[in-house]
Amino acid sequence: MDAQTAVLDIRDLRTEFVTEEGVVHAVNGISYRLHQGQTIGVVGESGSGKSVSVLSVLRLLPSPPARIVGGEVWFKGQDLLKLPEKEMRRIRGKEIAMIFQDPMTSLNPVLTIGFQIMEPLMLHLHMGKKEARERAIELLHMVGIPEPQKRVDDYPHQFSGGMRQRAMIAMALACQPTVLIADEPTTALDVTIQAQIVDLVKRLRDELGMALIWITHDLGVVAGLADRVIVMYAGLIMEDAPVDELYEHPQHPYTRALLRSLPRMDEEAGRPLETIEGLPPDLLQMPQGCPFAPRCTYVRPECRTQRPPLVEIQPGHRVACWVDLETGALRS
Amino acid sequence: MSQTTDATARSQPLLRVENLVKHFPIRRGIIIQRQVGAVRAVDGVSLHIYPGETLGLVGESGCGKSTLGRTIVRLYKPTRGRVLLRVHNGNGRAQEVDLTDLKGKELRRMRRHIQMVFQDPYASLNPRMSVGQIIAEPLLVHGIGSPQEREERVKELLTLVGLRPSHISRYPHEFSGGQRQRIGIARALALQPDFIVLDEPISALDVSIQAQVVNLLQELQQKFRLTYLFIAHDLSMVRHISDRTAVMYLGKIVELADRDELYQHPLHPYTKALLSAVPVPDPKKEREKQREILQGDVPSPVNPPSGCRFRTRCPLAEAVCAEREPELREVAPRHWVACHLI
Repeated sequence: MDAQTAVLDIRDLRTEFVTEEGVVHAVNGISYRLHQGQTIGVVGESGSGKSVSVLSVLRLLPSPPARIVGGEVWFKGQDLLKLPEKEMRRIRGKEIAMIFQDPMTSLNPVLTIGFQIMEPLMLHLHMGKKEARERAIELLHMVGIPEPQKRVDDYPHQFSGGMRQRAMIAMALACQPTVLIADEPTTALDVTIQAQIVDLVKRLRDELGMALIWITHDLGVVAGLADRVIVMYAGLIMEDAPVDELYEHPQHPYTRALLRSLPRMDEEAGRPLETIEGLPPDLLQMPQGCPFAPRCTYVRPECRTQRPPLVEIQPGHRVACWVDLETGALRS
Repeated sequence: MSQTTDATARSQPLLRVENLVKHFPIRRGIIIQRQVGAVRAVDGVSLHIYPGETLGLVGESGCGKSTLGRTIVRLYKPTRGRVLLRVHNGNGRAQEVDLTDLKGKELRRMRRHIQMVFQDPYASLNPRMSVGQIIAEPLLVHGIGSPQEREERVKELLTLVGLRPSHISRYPHEFSGGQRQRIGIARALALQPDFIVLDEPISALDVSIQAQVVNLLQELQQKFRLTYLFIAHDLSMVRHISDRTAVMYLGKIVELADRDELYQHPLHPYTKALLSAVPVPDPKKEREKQREILQGDVPSPVNPPSGCRFRTRCPLAEAVCAEREPELREVAPRHWVACHLI
């Protein structure tokens, strides 16, 4: 992969939380590159570190309890993890914007929607009030809010869930960021509204040429959206592959099991669902070996003692597993 | 039970819901509260559920599917309409009992036959009670068994749902979401009910845990010939588990049919849009798919649109849709639709 076109280069990122019970190892060394205009889907279950990893990139985690204990995040020639907070504020919202899962708790209930969209415009782009308001109306129109000239003065509670998510997107896109990070933006929404939002983000991404990181637990949503999919488990990348490759030839036992445990609308109904027995590991005591080993059907003795590195098995396809699922042999 | 009664029992519904209405009053005023309106959560629903089947009920948030489930088990008192349950009395005969107006002792007696599993495994188990106490509570309430017998029964139930009998003295916080849902299922099974309302039993769980719980529910259904009303917003899971499927929109059932029929030949424009909105974990199919995207949001159930409630978002709506409310009609054998244009 060409390092020059990467807009975001995450290297060996590690994040921990210090709690009363001990240290929670939330992100345990992940590396990936996001290229210009590319969409990466990051898939994982709760506790897989998918949200914590991107919140670490933007340094949005409260410290304490969180602390970034290692790694680098390269963006436009600088390591974001080393920037002073003041400079970091110039990046957040302007260069890298984020939309969150719950639009109700991430919008300020006592400020109008319009003001919240105008704020980044005045702050980052130094627009005057009048100009910013005009632009806010334009943005609301762009994300499909009917009668934006009227709705711009509404408060968040006057918007429905889907409309709030649209307003969040308008806010995030206000400064035309290079990278948009979407953290489960449709999880709280109904399927028909989810379809509207996915459609909207796709259109805007293509129009504005943004790079996109879409975090989700839903393997269905990213199938139609991402160029590349990263599967996370216990704070580690298990598999990273181009979207078609990942769904057609998953090479990690976890990815395979996950895909087989889903009921699918495009298959005959009633097939018994494959289950993944057991539970994800306790992140207070990360196992020494592969974190998936206790639940894995392909497990070998070495899996329990040595953690498999993430290796490239084909151009653009990385897997962290000792076993080659095609042959059943151990990878050297 | 003799074969003849068994055969008739199979053709007769276990549960009949007739024109069920549940409105929640909206009150205004501090001391003297006047009713100024009503949330029409369930607004005239009729359906039959047959012994041993799973009826899937899908719909988006606010469509009234959970309220319908809760009104059926009489956690809410219906505003209008009736809920009738067929129960076996001691001598092998079945008789229909009207749950609608039951109170106190009589209602409690009927709850032996009809149980519920809730969505949130964190909120539906009392954190101050041990697992043993939680599962034994229905037995205690109904005065079943001696303390030792109850303990034995609880251990048996724990094994049945895939937990260890030694977990009996632990507390809910020591369990994961999936395990908690198993505890909720064990509690629902304690009284050996005929019918269980499953209200979004897996939507709070992670993908890899959902399959475990669904498989357990199916096993238990076969073992004990249980009848389920499975309420969910996840259309692929409902398709997986149900024999027949009903689709709800703003307090009404808009379509009801056998599972394959509904998913392969949906007739109502809302069902069609809903099914087309579900993403499939296959990038090629997703790219080719012509997705029908509904405009706008679900209207408020306080003030639903006149005529057909879906008309404000329906791509096919005509004048008649605003004038008259479409009735749920059987347009093909066992396929019911409420739409003027079909």
